[in-house]
Amino acid sequence: MSIVSPANLRRIGRQRRLVTGAVITLVIVLMAIFGPLFAPYGENEIVGKPYTYEGSFLGTDYLGQDVWSRVLYGGATILINSLLATALGMVLGIIIGVVAAYWGGWLDEVIMRLNDVALAFPQILLALLVLTAVDQPSWYVIVLLVGVSHAPRVARLARGVALGIVSRDYVTAAEALGESRVRVVLAEVLPNMNAPLLAEAGLRLTYSIGLIAGIGFLGFASNPSAADWGYMINENRLALLVQPWGVLAPVIIIGVFTIGTNLMADGIAQLSGRGD
Amino acid sequence: MTDLATSAPDVSTAAAPARTGSSGSAWVKWLARRVGLAILTLWLCSVLVFFATAALGDPVRAILGKDYASSPERAAALAAELHLDQPVIVRYFEWLGGLLTGNLGNSIANGFPVGELVGDRIVNSAVLVLISAILIIPVAFAIAMISANYRGKRTDGVIQVIMITLAGLPEFVVAILLVALFSTTVFHLLPAVTIAGGGAPPWSKPASMILPVLTLVIAVAPYVSRIVRSSLLEVLDSDYVELARLKGVPERIVMRKHALLNAIVPGIQVIALQLAWLAGGVLFVEYVFSYPGIGASLVDSVRNSDFPMVQVLAMVIAAVYVGINLVADVLSILFTPRARTAISS
Amino acid sequence: MTETSLLDMNQTGGCTVSDLRVALTGTNLDVVDEINIELRPGEVVGLVGESGSGKTTAGTALLAYSRRGAFIEHGSVTFEGQNVLALPWEKVREIRGMKIAYVPQDPGAALNPAIRIGRQIVELLELHGIGSAAERTEGARAGLREVGLPDDDEFLARYPHQLSGGQVQRVALAMAFLPKPKVLVLDEPTTGLDVTTQGMVLKTMGELCRSHRVAALYVTHDLAVVANIADRVAVMYAGQIIELGPREAMFRQPAHPYTRALLDAIPHLSRARALTGIPGSTPGPGRRPTACRFNTRCEYVQDRCREIEPPDVEVGPDHTARCLRVGEIGSWDIDRGNTTDADPNTDRDIILTIEDLKVFYGRKEVVHGVSFDVAKAEVVALVGESGSGKTTISRCVGGLHRQWTGELTFEGRPLGKGSRARSAEDRKRIQYIFQNPYLSLNPRLTIAQIVGRPMELFGIAKGKAARDRVVELLDAVALGPTVLDLQTNRLSGGERQRVAIARALAAEPDLLVCDEITSALDVSVQGSIVALLENLRKTRQISMLFVTHNLALVRSIAARVQVLNAGALVESGFVVEVLDTPKEEYTKRLLSASPAVD
Repeated sequence: MSIVSPANLRRIGRQRRLVTGAVITLVIVLMAIFGPLFAPYGENEIVGKPYTYEGSFLGTDYLGQDVWSRVLYGGATILINSLLATALGMVLGIIIGVVAAYWGGWLDEVIMRLNDVALAFPQILLALLVLTAVDQPSWYVIVLLVGVSHAPRVARLARGVALGIVSRDYVTAAEALGESRVRVVLAEVLPNMNAPLLAEAGLRLTYSIGLIAGIGFLGFASNPSAADWGYMINENRLALLVQPWGVLAPVIIIGVFTIGTNLMADGIAQLSGRGD
Repeated sequence: MTDLATSAPDVSTAAAPARTGSSGSAWVKWLARRVGLAILTLWLCSVLVFFATAALGDPVRAILGKDYASSPERAAALAAELHLDQPVIVRYFEWLGGLLTGNLGNSIANGFPVGELVGDRIVNSAVLVLISAILIIPVAFAIAMISANYRGKRTDGVIQVIMITLAGLPEFVVAILLVALFSTTVFHLLPAVTIAGGGAPPWSKPASMILPVLTLVIAVAPYVSRIVRSSLLEVLDSDYVELARLKGVPERIVMRKHALLNAIVPGIQVIALQLAWLAGGVLFVEYVFSYPGIGASLVDSVRNSDFPMVQVLAMVIAAVYVGINLVADVLSILFTPRARTAISS
Repeated sequence: MTETSLLDMNQTGGCTVSDLRVALTGTNLDVVDEINIELRPGEVVGLVGESGSGKTTAGTALLAYSRRGAFIEHGSVTFEGQNVLALPWEKVREIRGMKIAYVPQDPGAALNPAIRIGRQIVELLELHGIGSAAERTEGARAGLREVGLPDDDEFLARYPHQLSGGQVQRVALAMAFLPKPKVLVLDEPTTGLDVTTQGMVLKTMGELCRSHRVAALYVTHDLAVVANIADRVAVMYAGQIIELGPREAMFRQPAHPYTRALLDAIPHLSRARALTGIPGSTPGPGRRPTACRFNTRCEYVQDRCREIEPPDVEVGPDHTARCLRVGEIGSWDIDRGNTTDADPNTDRDIILTIEDLKVFYGRKEVVHGVSFDVAKAEVVALVGESGSGKTTISRCVGGLHRQWTGELTFEGRPLGKGSRARSAEDRKRIQYIFQNPYLSLNPRLTIAQIVGRPMELFGIAKGKAARDRVVELLDAVALGPTVLDLQTNRLSGGERQRVAIARALAAEPDLLVCDEITSALDVSVQGSIVALLENLRKTRQISMLFVTHNLALVRSIAARVQVLNAGALVESGFVVEVLDTPKEEYTKRLLSASPAVD
């Protein structure tokens, strides 16, 4: 069934998790994109002494900048980087996984062994390994690192799903007709993987946000003075007892964001019948 | 938040039936093959670790930071110390040789041998991970079983939504919120850091362990419970469970004998994966709570571009992961009659 | 084996189902309705129905069980003076397995893969604390002996996956009989088993039922099986029992049009028949017509059939049918569908030659030097049990399997190994149709795309011209143009198989390789597909290589037959010769094990 047919839309509407997740995500996304338009103060504007309650209702941060404004400014990079990293991870992972499943044989074995090696490291560790040698990582380095760290996990899922499909008779029928391998993958295999891949993409997005914010939280930022939710937590850590909002505001908003995307991902999984 | 795919993991290398010899030697052959594979994986991991850290970027620039431009002599001295004049491959084998012979190099930050610095920390992290794991497993299983029991009803739905909500949160978010809740603003119950002072192990002050452990449990248990629940449901829907009901077997025995027995193997795989994640994912938790373990050490080392430390710590984490997977595979085979008989036949 | 005393010959044992209705939860749509059957001790009642008839639901209701999503609305199952459906839970659980037992359909899935069979067999007795452990094990051994399985410790220690399909099913039988139940419900327990294994299981079951004086309900879709083991037969359609009577009467003088249509669709071993199907498909719950549920597909339908609900009418001793027109539709003759066998003396214009074909899976040789040929507009049947190599050979011919040696010659040209090694022309002229219509069509494509793709690929037609041709082809397979833009999830199994046939025809082939294409379909649907194939053969002069395990079907569809056993060709020749006068032992064994309706 096409995703946007009216019958399907009604079905989607009845899925509380998907709708709730989508709404939450949308709110945060809008905030990230349009936040700067509504910020009462500038991104780096000093509005008072550090760690006080001057400025707007969330007070000031370690430099005296307005926390609320920086929160409104700080989502864009995380949003864009997360989306890009997710897309990169998905594309790479799907290619690897589907190729391994379809071609099978020794190629599959080799790919899976190599995949296992990459899987032996938690994603954050893979990113940190490279960051050891890089002082101030550019945004695309972070995107690349996070995206590549997704690939083995996506590959494993994609391969699992594809394995179930490539042995199906309609794929064999296409091959018997003499369709080219590429066409078989594109027209017979991939379209039937939509649902699980979509759910996985939602999940990967959740992790991307956590990783990218986490990398910022650990102190790696491409532009330390810019507002960035993850980095803000690091900046204002020391004042948790005195003026918690410098830390709590970005923490809460990151949390809400990931809750939204995760609910959405689970809702998609439910919709496609693979969830509960 | 856990580092896991939605679907339950597949058994990596399942039974490799060896049909020669007695069942004893067949097992040995299978085990040998499996261990060989693990060693191969570890070796490839070492390649990855070395080349990811040492081959990309400019190590000297990273270490010296701002000083790089100002003191070329220090830069040159550092380059010589790191053997940067030699080709990468040679450096790799030097490093690998060192690893295998116990010479783990010296930390760039303070000059001490890596082995000394890391020893205690490994123990600390191990304790943290084990305590968390001991709590996670029963909690996750209990939640999963309750949920499966009430499946389809309100209770199940509510539990699942809570699980999903918690499962998506990044670990540091959970950690900081817990600190905010219990250590600072709201309640002043628990210490926010785990320094026991004077080199004493962190668990000598149990109160300081509560928050880190709680964070790990909240971060990992939800996913484990969801996967266990889903495999429980799969088993409960299976034909042989339905037949047991049709034979008049009471529900609790159905659950216990028929369902649980068959849900154990996927359960083992999930637990293994979670433990392996815990081994490395403590990074954020140790960092937030200043817990003296390998996670916090790793973050510091990366910040200081302390290559030898980073490389060794990464290998430790990889080794733990590979080891746990090996154990999980063996246990899975032992618990799956089909695979077990395939090996020994 | 205890003989029940004369006292309880008729009083204990047996059960009566009255006015049973099972509905979908939350609705008032019935899955089955007005079910009335009496099961008598020592007697087997066959409950026959196609998919969607509700037979399994009716069968399991005897154990007060309904699958998730359905519930038993009302009715009674009277057993030993009590209504099982009205008993409290604990009492029902006590009865299940001990007094009313169940043997499930899928042997492999029904036994717990993690528990040894010795322990599983005695599970119920252990649960109810009957006898000591030693006595129970002894009982298990006796049970295994009764079903013809070894009773030693080694066998008892096995796990289910270490047994063959037939063995597992016999273990399930032993397990069901051990507590000496009075009533037994068997749910198609021989589906998926080989013909010879099936014969053995059925014989065992029949003997056990008779010797233990068990009242048995045998649920199945296979009328041929029922003809051999049942004392009485009940036919279900769309949730109701539409005819019920003694076996002889049901097969010689069926009264209901549906029963007649079913019998018309069954192939016979002893003579060729022109099989027919029933137009339309079985309506599921909620889509069933009012009044007579069969009125949309019945050839004798009249206006009153759509208005008045037909009552159960008596048409003979102990024989009832639910039809308004019972007396009016004339009698039925078992021979009325007969046609002639293919004539052995015609000239054969050979188009496909197979010489010394050896097929390998890895290093293992699974087909050992098979040779035969196929002529123009001829149907050659490949018949055998599982593992005989029939599907393997057909896959080699179809280009789906590459590891073989020998010579495959098509119209004088040698065929390459695997479709990628063949020319487009060869790929076009030989088309393959798969067994499972639910897996052989891409669920994301529309019917028009599926059927039109071969045309595009082989340069036969494109765009609008292709679409027109698709409409023609769909018409040839008796599907209307309304399905053009639908996806396969809207079609039934029979309709999907027709689409698969249309797709094969779209390439304008000379040879169709049909791999058990009707095995997954209901009998009436099979009948219509066979009729369709026969039509296509005559009008388009297409040859067919027809793989099947059903010998009776061979008689009605093929001119020549190749009998295979374990990868070797056992007997080969014209159908009428091989089936009437078999020369080889194996063929004779196969023929005698095949259940026959006549």
